[in-house]
Amino acid sequence: MRDYLQKYGAGYVFLTPWAIGFLGLALGPILASLYLSFTQYDIINAPEWVGLENYEYMFSFDTRFYKSLQVTFAFVFLSVPAKLIFALGVAMVLDKGIRAIGIYRALFYLPSILGGSIAVAILWRQLFNQDGVVNAALGLFGIEGPYWLSDPRYSLYTLVVLAVWQFGSPMLIFLAGLRAIPQDLYEAAEIDAASKPRQFFAITLPLLAPVIFFNLVLQMIEAFKTFTGAFVISGGTGAPLDSLLFFTVYLYNEAFSFFRMGYASALAWVLLIIIAIFTAIAFYSSRYWVHYENERG
Amino acid sequence: MVDVATQSLDDHAAIARALREKKRRSEKRAGLIKHAFLIACTFIMIYPLLWMLSSSLKPSDEIFGSLSLWPSEVMWETYPEGWEGLPVSFTRFFGNSLFVTVLSVIGNVISCSFAAYAFARLEFKGRNIAFALMMMTLMIPYHVVLIPQYLIFLKAGWVDTYLPLIVPKFLATDAFFVFLMIQFFRQLPRELDEAAMIDGCSAFKIYWAIIMPLSLPAVATAAIFSFIWVWEDFLGPLVYLNDINDYTVPLALRMFLSQDSISEYGQMFAMSILSIVPIIIFFIIFQKFIIRGIAMSGLK
Repeated sequence: MRDYLQKYGAGYVFLTPWAIGFLGLALGPILASLYLSFTQYDIINAPEWVGLENYEYMFSFDTRFYKSLQVTFAFVFLSVPAKLIFALGVAMVLDKGIRAIGIYRALFYLPSILGGSIAVAILWRQLFNQDGVVNAALGLFGIEGPYWLSDPRYSLYTLVVLAVWQFGSPMLIFLAGLRAIPQDLYEAAEIDAASKPRQFFAITLPLLAPVIFFNLVLQMIEAFKTFTGAFVISGGTGAPLDSLLFFTVYLYNEAFSFFRMGYASALAWVLLIIIAIFTAIAFYSSRYWVHYENERG
Repeated sequence: MVDVATQSLDDHAAIARALREKKRRSEKRAGLIKHAFLIACTFIMIYPLLWMLSSSLKPSDEIFGSLSLWPSEVMWETYPEGWEGLPVSFTRFFGNSLFVTVLSVIGNVISCSFAAYAFARLEFKGRNIAFALMMMTLMIPYHVVLIPQYLIFLKAGWVDTYLPLIVPKFLATDAFFVFLMIQFFRQLPRELDEAAMIDGCSAFKIYWAIIMPLSLPAVATAAIFSFIWVWEDFLGPLVYLNDINDYTVPLALRMFLSQDSISEYGQMFAMSILSIVPIIIFFIIFQKFIIRGIAMSGLK
């Protein structure tokens, strides 16, 4: 026993804070959340076991649940590809030995570091106001801008633009990936008189595939979890007409405005499963389109 | 035969030279176009922030409907007025935010480096399983654990205190930072630990006197990112803090939105600017760490 402690003791001592956190604040809560999702619980009275009722109601009757799924999926599918294309485009321009790259990189990254803040969410509300800056800019081109914030047809775009504006971290990861592509491949292609677009599709894109894949998974998970911007811009409710009812906003309101903890826990588990499925799809499909260099030949 | 070969080699060299020359010339032109393009992009990117700065100084009837970044008259008073513009002074809000942020950073650095040291350098039974579990927590959305955590802290009587925001940081719940530090610790030569062990150093001494000093870049990256994330955190304070005296800066800023009179927009922007100043200062000073940290780990 003494030998055992001497050999492994230090490891357990150093691991203790993490282990307490993992059991008490991660694993325990996940299991508790699963249990609560089968109950009705308003905090004041003890949880009451209702079996699958929460899930049955959710999938059969809850139109707001479907609305929140629709909003969130639309947001993910609009914002993630746009963000990645933007990030890759800028990274490619920055990659080719340009002067003052550090300054550009820093300025492009700045919005990403501020993007999660309330200050930016507040700013966004004012930019997209009916007499805000965005409509003033559109006015210069003779376009009469819509009521971005109050028209449910347009409100989601304000958040898509906010997400794309924060393309900084995928851009930095792309830059690191582009640096790793051997330059002689491009030189060889140049001698073979391959056009720039052809070089992009035949060299850059396949060799960058692992990085694209990594960014894709990361950004999708981030997009599914979007909360602060949607909460502040929609005034905390998902307005107008639930067009900004992100899944996380719905979940927050069920739990902390209406104190339906059981139902909110069921929603949380649906979110967990959606994220897990999408991550699995991204991992699985990567086999067909991601080629790691050392696997070839 | 030989001649043909040398000649074709010469040809190749000439072609390569010509290509290179052509490339250099076109690169110079392309360079100018790129700079013009990049400057335009940067301006569009940064414009909203500049607009917020200038709006914080504009007379309130000038804020809307104008693209101009130049206030016709600089209204410095929005800042002192905004500072006292809510029922509780921003001195209090900034103090609260600073308190929560500093303690969270300390907690994250200590607890995450402890866990990372155990995973990267120490041997114990169950290490691989624990590591796999730790990596799995990276994927779990905060919203899933939020409700049970809230119930735990409610039962403990911690709601309306800062404990639910700070204590988890001392328990290495931000797995991102653990992962980041593990990656760094693993690169350090093992001979260092072994030599120290032979000299009779304890595991703690090795952690404190060897691993931590050599891992300053990773530790700094974790500290910088925790500062920024905790400073900006909105959901945590929103759930746990109900008394305006306890509000952190993000919660206070949101209060400006509920009082919807135009006259206070200048003050709202002024306080919004002040709320991001610490982050921008951090970003300017520690830019290198931040950018390397993202490339290393894919932090958001």
